[in-house]
Amino acid sequence: MEIKFWLNGRKIQAEIQADTLLLDLLREKGCYSVKRGCETANCGLCTVLLEDKPVLSCSTLAARVEEKHVVTLEGLQEKAEELGGFLAREGAEQCGFCNPGFMMNIFAMEKELKDPGEEEIQEYLAGNLCRCSGFMGQTRSILKYLEYKKKLREGEGR
Amino acid sequence: MLKIREYVKVKDLEEAYQLNQKRSACVLGGMVWLKMGSRNVGTAIDLSGLGLDTIEENEEEFRIGAMVSLRDLETHKGLEEYTRGAMKESLRHIVGVQFRNCATAGGSIFGRFGFSDVLTMFLAMDSYVELYKGGILPMEEFAGMKRDRDILVRILVKKRPASMAYISQRNSSTDFPVLACGVSLFEDGGAKVTLGARPGKAVLVKDEEKLLKDFLKKDPDRQKEAAEAFAAYAREHVRTGSNMRGSARYRSHLAEVLVRRALIQAGGRENGN
Repeated sequence: MEIKFWLNGRKIQAEIQADTLLLDLLREKGCYSVKRGCETANCGLCTVLLEDKPVLSCSTLAARVEEKHVVTLEGLQEKAEELGGFLAREGAEQCGFCNPGFMMNIFAMEKELKDPGEEEIQEYLAGNLCRCSGFMGQTRSILKYLEYKKKLREGEGR
Repeated sequence: MLKIREYVKVKDLEEAYQLNQKRSACVLGGMVWLKMGSRNVGTAIDLSGLGLDTIEENEEEFRIGAMVSLRDLETHKGLEEYTRGAMKESLRHIVGVQFRNCATAGGSIFGRFGFSDVLTMFLAMDSYVELYKGGILPMEEFAGMKRDRDILVRILVKKRPASMAYISQRNSSTDFPVLACGVSLFEDGGAKVTLGARPGKAVLVKDEEKLLKDFLKKDPDRQKEAAEAFAAYAREHVRTGSNMRGSARYRSHLAEVLVRRALIQAGGRENGN
């Protein structure tokens, strides 16, 4: 079957099977940031934004994104670089495999929560697993990143 | 691996019902559970074009469409207020935000899964299912029925004034619960207490001895006594089993602790200890 949807701001057409998963379709379209980490809908590595909400692309049928907007990290390169700098400066990650899904969920959190504290951050990101680290560096970098974004916003408001 | 031959986004409930009469057909929820199996689905029926993804609230009840996500249930202000945070508490430990944006209320309830926090919570409220052919049934009756080929359209929650609490025990954060407990103490004097993930599906713990009658009107010491008595009763009367997450003995021990804490918490004290 054929579907049309918006991928990173561009409308595209794709030929899919009834059981094609969004994750596989996205990788087929060159979005290699989308990873399959667990096969049990638990790790969050395959997180993409569907109509601005973070979803597990490993559990979403491609057929269901017909006429909808899908955003992967490939579509958010500038933001990724900005946030990536904070993660790197705290030495937060080792292998980096979980990073794209993690970043996507941080972007979703930024949109959904206003000035989240450490506890709220931990809860929002609990569905993103990292097997190298203990999340300490990540938490530090997110707090610094959010603080930096807040200052930018306040600067604009002046 | 899950295989699907044909995908149909249905135009109305009648079409969904007709397609679902074949044994190989399957109504899709959020697919987070379905995808884990290795089913061969003939026709996958998608209800997502029927506007069933909204929570309607009026004076008497909440009308929750089958396609409402667990995340929407968790963040709904009206439900949070009515359940005094218990609804949110029952959901926020389920895997992660991305997962809860996918998983649906209808899928969770229709599946009547043993591990279900969602069923444990809804069973503790004055709630009903609305089936396309079967009409409106109390949640307890539905929970006890075998799966059939009907279509779950909505979940209804009556706003019977109550004080609620929900507590789950997990071996690690975001995992399935080892045991879960929901409590509603109704202002009219009634009470509902549920235990889920026993690991069998959630059940109501019947208050045969009227230990919880007018619980909210009791003073703190009498509340504590009643909570302790009912917790011991729950431990005696609710069947638990063993699986990789815990033994029956451990679960029965937990049953007493969680029921006591949830009752005391719902009764108005900060925590049940």
